Amino acid sequence: MMVVAIVIAAGLLILAALCALYRIARGPSILDRVLAIDVLLATIGGALAMDMAVNRHLDNVVLLVAISVIGFIGSVTVARFVTDRK
Amino acid sequence: MNETVIDALTAVFLIGGALMSVAAGVGLLRFPDLLTRMHAATKPQVLGLLLFLLAMALQLRSWVLLPVLLVCWIFMLLTVPVSAHMVGRAGYRTKHMRRDLLSMDELDEIVEKAASKRAPGRNPTERPDET
Repeated sequence: MMVVAIVIAAGLLILAALCALYRIARGPSILDRVLAIDVLLATIGGALAMDMAVNRHLDNVVLLVAISVIGFIGSVTVARFVTDRK
Repeated sequence: MNETVIDALTAVFLIGGALMSVAAGVGLLRFPDLLTRMHAATKPQVLGLLLFLLAMALQLRSWVLLPVLLVCWIFMLLTVPVSAHMVGRAGYRTKHMRRDLLSMDELDEIVEKAASKRAPGRNPTERPDET
């Protein structure tokens, strides 16, 4: 039962990552891209946490925090330097 | 028996967290402008991460781990609103949104009032661009 749940959750995460990647590639403005990058990072963090839960180890906790720091700094920096559209 | 219940709960949490990510992805694809996409994008960052961390806590079952996970989640909880505020603010200022989709814009009145108060002779639509 656990294996089925893991496969379903992994498939859903892959779908979410693909949606975010599409928006990163397509996004009309840089703010949309930043937002999509945040979602992609959250999805990657979720995948890391799922790996830790399933295989019962703690190797990725630091990476999880680092990913949230990267998302925060990246989006704040881009939001600070974004230019006017019109 | 006990192990089965914990495994089932873990499975529910994992699938719930993954569903949050999918909701954000679909929202990014389908929603028309920046503000609506921001609404969708914050789901996996807080609730999704919480569900995944709960699944971790259920599988690893150690009290030492719990503060670490809590710090991880609280850190996310502190940084997500700040970055969302910055992105939304930049989007509002640089007009990266569709005004025709707004039913109400309370910030517009306030901005115009502040602009006319600060410089009465100036054009009220021109916004000062310092941070």
